Amino acid sequence: MLFTSYGFVAFLCALFVVYYVVPKKAQWWLLLGASYVFYAFAGLECLAFILVTTVSSYFIARVMDGMRRREEDYLTVNRDKMEKEERKKYKTAAKKRRFLVLIAGLVLNFGILAVLKYTAFALNNVNSVIGLFGGRRISIPELILPLGISFYIFQTMGYLIDVYRQKTEAERNPFRLALFVSFFPQLIQGPISRHSDLAPQLFAPHKFDSRGFGYGIQRILWGYFKKLVIADRVMVAIKFLLNDGAPMSGFYVLLLILIYSIQIYADFTGGIDITIGIAEALGIRLKENFKNPFSSKSTKEYWNRWHITMGTWFTDYVFYPLSVCKPMLKLSKFSRRVFGNNVGKRIPLYTATIVTWFLTGLWHGASWNFIVWGLLNCAVILVSQELEPLYKIFRAKFPRLTGSWGYGKFMAIRTFLLMGLIRSLDCYRNVRMTFSMWWSMISKQNIGRVFRQFGAMISSPEKNTFLGLSLSDCIIVAVSVMTVAIVSSMSAKESVRERLYKKPVLMWSLCGLLFFAIILFGAYGIGYDASQFIYDQF
Amino acid sequence: MKKRIIIAVCALLVIALLFVFFTALVMPKYTDSKQIEGRLIGEYYEEAGGHDVLFVGDCEVYESFVPAILWEKYGISSYVRGSPQQLVWQSYYLLEEMFKYENPKAVVFNVLALKYGEPRDEAMNRMTLDGMKWSSSKRKAIRASMTEGEKLADYMIPILRYHSRITELTWDDFKYVFKKPDRVSDSGYLMNVGVKPTPEYYIGMAGDPLYDYTLPARAMEYLDMMKNLCREKGCELVLVKAPTNSVMYYWYDEWDEQICDYAEKNGLAYYNLIDECDNIGIDWNTDTYDMGAHLNVYGAEKTSAYFGKILSVNHGIADRRGESDIAAKWQERLNAYYARKKEMESKQ
Repeated sequence: MLFTSYGFVAFLCALFVVYYVVPKKAQWWLLLGASYVFYAFAGLECLAFILVTTVSSYFIARVMDGMRRREEDYLTVNRDKMEKEERKKYKTAAKKRRFLVLIAGLVLNFGILAVLKYTAFALNNVNSVIGLFGGRRISIPELILPLGISFYIFQTMGYLIDVYRQKTEAERNPFRLALFVSFFPQLIQGPISRHSDLAPQLFAPHKFDSRGFGYGIQRILWGYFKKLVIADRVMVAIKFLLNDGAPMSGFYVLLLILIYSIQIYADFTGGIDITIGIAEALGIRLKENFKNPFSSKSTKEYWNRWHITMGTWFTDYVFYPLSVCKPMLKLSKFSRRVFGNNVGKRIPLYTATIVTWFLTGLWHGASWNFIVWGLLNCAVILVSQELEPLYKIFRAKFPRLTGSWGYGKFMAIRTFLLMGLIRSLDCYRNVRMTFSMWWSMISKQNIGRVFRQFGAMISSPEKNTFLGLSLSDCIIVAVSVMTVAIVSSMSAKESVRERLYKKPVLMWSLCGLLFFAIILFGAYGIGYDASQFIYDQF
Repeated sequence: MKKRIIIAVCALLVIALLFVFFTALVMPKYTDSKQIEGRLIGEYYEEAGGHDVLFVGDCEVYESFVPAILWEKYGISSYVRGSPQQLVWQSYYLLEEMFKYENPKAVVFNVLALKYGEPRDEAMNRMTLDGMKWSSSKRKAIRASMTEGEKLADYMIPILRYHSRITELTWDDFKYVFKKPDRVSDSGYLMNVGVKPTPEYYIGMAGDPLYDYTLPARAMEYLDMMKNLCREKGCELVLVKAPTNSVMYYWYDEWDEQICDYAEKNGLAYYNLIDECDNIGIDWNTDTYDMGAHLNVYGAEKTSAYFGKILSVNHGIADRRGESDIAAKWQERLNAYYARKKEMESKQ
């Protein structure tokens, strides 16, 4: 069931009504039922996988919790009999046992993800190597990829790790855990929630609050506006530029970078707005996943503003544990000894950063494009870190310039273009093609042709299109993008909806305007390809 | 709080009104001369009731049978409920709907549509179905007609289908937001006064051979339903094939045999007017506007005069010219018909 389908809108309306009518204690049961109904639309076979993750995680968490309780009981009972050293030894051994249980849970679930998502990629690479030696190719099995598997497995594994770290309680009721794993608004594209944040809200009774409900509906409308009016409309231009695998080169690559940046932003943030809006209308607050990412002045800042919950997941569950694990500490000692303190201290940090970004890339998709995408992001961040002393000198030497509004904008545009360039790896068939397209921006001079095409569309719009878009499409997209930009910059200073709440007439006027903008200018229905959200694929 | 509730109610009311307005605005008005057929189905409601004969079917019915002539010559009160590429299940549900408005003595169904067993074209569906008023018949007609990608919701809330027209609105879209354009038909007959003769080499030319000549089971099933519905309502179903002479819309002998068999088996009358062209007096040099695919007004008048006799003699459809109420109404329609004909001829 696509978020943009009529069926989903009807499903949502029915759910909102029933949710606030049923007894408060039954609300979470209703959400569980709704989540499974929603997921069943993706295919009944997908339910098996989400059930395996839910059941295995339930038992693993319960086992870890049980072990921890027994350890505590044992230590309480034997407090007087045991020496401090003995207690420490016992705790270490017990923690190790719990760690092994955790590892079993992680291996099982990440194993499912790895098999379903990466088998074809791995075998393709193996076949390429075999092909070099003239060997027989291995046939690639066709496996299903359950909807949102990357998201729900990451969220659930986060829960297991948190239980192990005693940051959250293990769920005693398996159905409650089932809801945490499958909560439908965030199931397919996040945000990736933490159990300690989400679970208490899911199971708390929610009284109808007109303000919260209204905010939720506004957020949903805003999400649909971004998705249907901007993202799906500019999709035509992206398809045009990619030209069925024979992409357009030269200046068109720059256009692709710009348009794809707009599209993925509108698509992903639109989807997250719908998700957060639905949850808000149900009385549940989800973590924000974006904070004006295109205003970022550096790559590091960009990644603190874009897909925040994924970034923090990798930081908390991959980067930090990796940085302080025993092998890394040994590597640190070794590298300091061999390369000296200055270089040696960087090696473990770099290693952890590279591994984290490699996994981030791999999480996004089973292809070298995504791996290279992750590693390029990593390279930019590390190079920026290394150049930081030079930046400091530059800032000190030109304080007026670097403190100016224009310089800030320059930095934001630079980051936007750099991220857009790396992001274009999503679009092209392989890494080689991407690099050749990037090179064509310099080597191929066709800017004049692009402007002539644009001019032709302006002068006779009834006959010509530009990148497959009519003049009216271009106007709709331009006005909509400007609207989103203005609202985003306003909301960076103060919540727009809080401001609007104080002026109900204006609020309703804008809601009506938004509603009709979606209805009239949305790219949906016959004549438009119903498109999945891009992040559904990850 | 009270103020907020009042504002919310008012806002919702305004949004609802604007929704109605925008829906009306983006709905196709079919005022463009190339697609005026889209207005035919909706025009029925202005004349619903009091008809003894109802014609249903595709373009061949609304281009071949002229109710004004049937009245003028035989006093038959009739209406043509045809639309472009009207599929048999659409004819069935249109008929089902019309029975709610009147009790005709006979229903005439043009059999060409029986060659189609599956929904075909969304634009054609729309031309037929958008004009129907909401009823269970319309809902069933939509469900039977939807092509891949079409949704019932698009018919229930037409703005969801036509929203993209917002960037291509014309002055007519504003002019006819809440006002109907002038009638385009004369009791369902769509007049065409143009002449484009059938080329000599076309006459008698056979259509391309088909892989399978069996008329689709689904189409025959609906024909059966139409027959049963007519029996239930106490009226006679008459099958007809309008006179045409085109390779493009060729009526194969194999199809004709199947219809003959069906009619015989079910005790229905079937008239293949292609075979009667000489008796009707059709001249393919003067009586068609598109090289034999459809009749122009001259061919249609001849066909109506011929078929009217069949209806009154063979099927006992009464002459009602003596009934003053209905005669007055028909005189008006007749005058309008000839006025339109004169006007169109003068523009030729």
